[in-house]
Amino acid sequence: MAVLRRETRPISGQQDVVAVRQVVREWAVSMGFSLVDQTKVITAASELARNVIVYGGGGTLSLEALNDGSRRGLRLAFEDQGPGIADVETALRDGYTTGNGLGLGLGGAKRLSNEFQIHSQPGEGTRVVITRWR
Amino acid sequence: MERIPILKMGDCLLVTIQVDMHDRLATTLQDDLTERIARTNAKGVVIDISALEIVDSFIGRMLANIAAMSRVLDARTVVVGMQPAVAITLVELGLSLPGVSTALNVEKGMALIGRALGKAQGTNGGPET
Repeated sequence: MAVLRRETRPISGQQDVVAVRQVVREWAVSMGFSLVDQTKVITAASELARNVIVYGGGGTLSLEALNDGSRRGLRLAFEDQGPGIADVETALRDGYTTGNGLGLGLGGAKRLSNEFQIHSQPGEGTRVVITRWR
Repeated sequence: MERIPILKMGDCLLVTIQVDMHDRLATTLQDDLTERIARTNAKGVVIDISALEIVDSFIGRMLANIAAMSRVLDARTVVVGMQPAVAITLVELGLSLPGVSTALNVEKGMALIGRALGKAQGTNGGPET
């Protein structure tokens, strides 16, 4: 699997959630994603970018355009150095939140992606990687 | 401070969201609308989201909050113009916007509110149609 393109963006404030939506849209459009797939990956990115700010206190987004034989993919890695998640399984459950949102962010982002990985340790931050293939 | 304009049309308030909203702007709109409903005694709120390319859980929650608050203030909210890709994504995300009325466009949304108001007046002893 080849990485065709890679870019890292900071996520430090609310305006960056909007900026993340814009950069993910640009990449998804340039890679030829359908409108529905663009909308899904942008929405997932919006949820995860907000989590980085609200729970992680800021972090980064790394975008990768992948080429895996016949298919192309957009991989987004959201990373923060925040307090981390003690119980990832519970955090993924719809309706569970330690903030004041709806508790749909993580589980929703998972449903909107083809691949979803989360790695988190208390005190060491959180890394969520999603991939959408076309 | 950045704000989304609210237009008054008869008994209705019309909001057309044309920018990619950050969270604080969405919260400000929610507060502004609630205040305007109370101040103008509006009976209906139409929110046009046809220019929105995504609705995530935060914006979805704002729409549901506006609908609930306006109901408490005796006004009906109709969300109009949602793009099909947004609707598909919203449901997959896990948000079905219970309690939020929707219509295809502003005209149909206004008509929906008009009919609801007409019916309400009818039950209060107004002329039957």
